[in-house]
Amino acid sequence: MSQSTSAVATDTHAEHHEELSFLYKYILPIDHKIIAMQYIFTGMIMAIVGGYFAYAFRMQLAFPGDLVPLYGLVGPGEYNMLVTNHGTIMIFWVAMPVLIAGFGNYLIPLMIGCDDMVFPRLNRLSYQIFLVSALVLILSFFVKGGGFGGAWTAYPPLSSVAEYSLTDWGASLWLLAVALEFISFLLGGINFVTTAMNARAPGMKMLDIPIAVWFIVVAVILFMASVGPLVAGAVMLFMDQRVGTTFFLPSAGGDPLLWEHLFWFFGHPEVYVVLLPTMGIVAEIITVFSRKKLFGYRTVLYTAFATGGLSFVVWAHHQFIAGIDPRMANVFTVTTVLISIPLAEMMFSYIATLYGGSIELKTPMLWALSFLAAFLIGGVTGIYLGASAMDVYFHDSYFVLAHFHYTFFPITIIGMFAALTYWFPKMFGRMMNETLGKIHFWGTFIPFNCIFLPLFFLGLAGQHRRIYNYDHFPDLATQELQDIRVFATYSLIVMIFFQLIFVYNFFHSMFKGEKATENPWKSNTLEWTTLSPPPHGNFKVLPTVYRGPYEYSVPGRDEDYWPQNEAPKKS
Amino acid sequence: MKNISSQSVLLTTSEIPLYAANKRSKPPVSNGVIGMLIFLVTEAMFFAALISAHMVIRAGLTEWPPWGQPRLAIETTALNSLVLLVSALLMGYSRRLLQQDKISSGRRWFGISILFGIFFLLSQGYEWVQLLEFGLTLSSSVYGGLFYLIIGAHAFHVIGALSVLIYAWNRLGSSKNPITPEAVFPLQILWYFVVCIWPVLYVLVYLS
Ligand code: HEM
Ligand SMILES: [Cu+2]
Repeated sequence: MSQSTSAVATDTHAEHHEELSFLYKYILPIDHKIIAMQYIFTGMIMAIVGGYFAYAFRMQLAFPGDLVPLYGLVGPGEYNMLVTNHGTIMIFWVAMPVLIAGFGNYLIPLMIGCDDMVFPRLNRLSYQIFLVSALVLILSFFVKGGGFGGAWTAYPPLSSVAEYSLTDWGASLWLLAVALEFISFLLGGINFVTTAMNARAPGMKMLDIPIAVWFIVVAVILFMASVGPLVAGAVMLFMDQRVGTTFFLPSAGGDPLLWEHLFWFFGHPEVYVVLLPTMGIVAEIITVFSRKKLFGYRTVLYTAFATGGLSFVVWAHHQFIAGIDPRMANVFTVTTVLISIPLAEMMFSYIATLYGGSIELKTPMLWALSFLAAFLIGGVTGIYLGASAMDVYFHDSYFVLAHFHYTFFPITIIGMFAALTYWFPKMFGRMMNETLGKIHFWGTFIPFNCIFLPLFFLGLAGQHRRIYNYDHFPDLATQELQDIRVFATYSLIVMIFFQLIFVYNFFHSMFKGEKATENPWKSNTLEWTTLSPPPHGNFKVLPTVYRGPYEYSVPGRDEDYWPQNEAPKKS
Repeated sequence: MKNISSQSVLLTTSEIPLYAANKRSKPPVSNGVIGMLIFLVTEAMFFAALISAHMVIRAGLTEWPPWGQPRLAIETTALNSLVLLVSALLMGYSRRLLQQDKISSGRRWFGISILFGIFFLLSQGYEWVQLLEFGLTLSSSVYGGLFYLIIGAHAFHVIGALSVLIYAWNRLGSSKNPITPEAVFPLQILWYFVVCIWPVLYVLVYLS
């Protein structure tokens, strides 16, 4: 990004002609693309931390009591700290920053055809707060007593009383980090919605907005509407920890169930907050690589609205056996089963999009298709859990754990790889290596299933979550069950090794890959109409939009795609 | 960097003059207003959670307020609430004047509205001092905890809103670094929100 950038920037933005210094370009940028990279790279680094934790506790489960190579001994407290922070990191410091903040920042201005976010400085501030939150979380691992170990759901009184949690400062810093992170995404979210509403290219009507942008916006709105209660709960929990209030302490008039409600009122919408961006990314990819129009654009959009709306009334399915009124459990069973209807409809639309298309199995497409397959298993098992009669037995077992890993892994990891491999040419101006990409894909997807499919069976066999050593439970310490645990752990190690291929491919292609054209995938959306990588200010001439984003294989045209900004021929 | 527009209140402006540069039509609702409204959705949910926390905890206890805890100053606070409501009305009046481009009188009423807000804050603070003396503290009971949590959360918002309003008031009149009435509008919306949520909290915490 040197000469061409400044040349283009000169004639688009008369006022931005100076070459920014390194400090302002990369450390304190206001350019949405650089901020996006900051988020994505920070998220990927945090993914390494989260993956390392997973490695450590999976080794402990397979070989209880042994020293874990490259980690050390995993005792009970240590184990709790590892699983707690693994979950927290993967959801709040990987899924959210990469999928929403990272790709949201990168894609929204480019896909709607404007030069930057409408509040660029707010955007920069948002990343800075996010970075501080990540540092606070990492700091919390090193204070006296170690990192917080009360599960990512932080149920009190375990999380609120230092004598119970044994991590006096670890618990508070953990909470502080989460709260800071929310503030950061709040600022980012304000920016995203406002930009998508007010800065669209001329001619881009509501129903011409690419699904990826729509879904990020819907996700952000869900987030904004659900996070307030969790922030309130976090403040109360923090006060319980540090200033001696008793909001969640039953012995002094408080109510621990209240926290669960506040947490899950946020927690359930949150799963759709991370799901929708990936769903949007996948919509872009499957239309491009099957050269077909998205089946039922409006249906897909409305199902997202319906899912978003319903997601606010299902939260208590996480609390069926927490002592809530059984009549309430019935209500929440019904709403939970209801929410799978729009979601299933969305899946069917995607599958119908693929039907009869000329499918090209490029790496991004492999990721997108594997997302659909894996998420299907996650969604279907969710319906089992939503039935309170069954959940009474499944709750807090490895069945739940397998369920949500079949949702979260596809969303976070597969979604991230899908997006990275698809937009890599745009982001870095070079192509990734296809062969290595495919090896990495299979080396990730097969082990993923080998890790998590067996866990469903462990759950059905009665294996409870959050236990550091099953040797203490004779019924669960049998050889067959232990074999499954060892198999899952070995699969994880295989998967970790295959990630090295990705790292190599990523950095090698970034500098040495084949140069990418403006539109290597022959796609319609606006980000592909500018240079790869786009200059500061994004477009040479800001585009005007004439049609929706999914006009592929339109009869009567020579080409099988039709960019959104291509002016119609005058007849 | 030097050409980034002079207005730098985070939410009030877009620093890159997108519309001017690209001849796009001005959007019907300004960026600042949309941004503020989205922010207020979160805020509303935040207060809704505090309100439901109050109701849930209260429903679990038989004695309310608990034995030995001081009673709250219902009448003084009612008067005080009036002051706050008047402040919002004055803010609305100043908005009208500003819209008619009567900057100096608009700014005057803007300032008076801020003064009413400050009065509210100070007299609430005085009430807190008294309550603390009477033995109502954060940890004296869950009743005290809820009182300081909810009223404190509101006070925190009052302080925050007043600070940005004072900042905006200052720039409205400055000749070096002025700010347009449009840029101030989102902050005025914030003030309306902070005022309008108060009666709900008053009824919940003081009267029920
Ligand atoms: C059709 C959609 C879904 C349904 C019906 C559903 C249903 C459920 C139910 C009933 C539980 C509670 C199980 C228990 O704790 O006993 C649960 C747990 C969970 N689900 Fe889902 N789910 C769905 C989709 C998702 C998605 C899309 C995600 C993530 C992106 C997700 C993530 C989770 C997580 C993280 C938990 C466990 C939380 C914990 O206890 O730590 N679910 N799901
Ligand atoms: Cu849920």
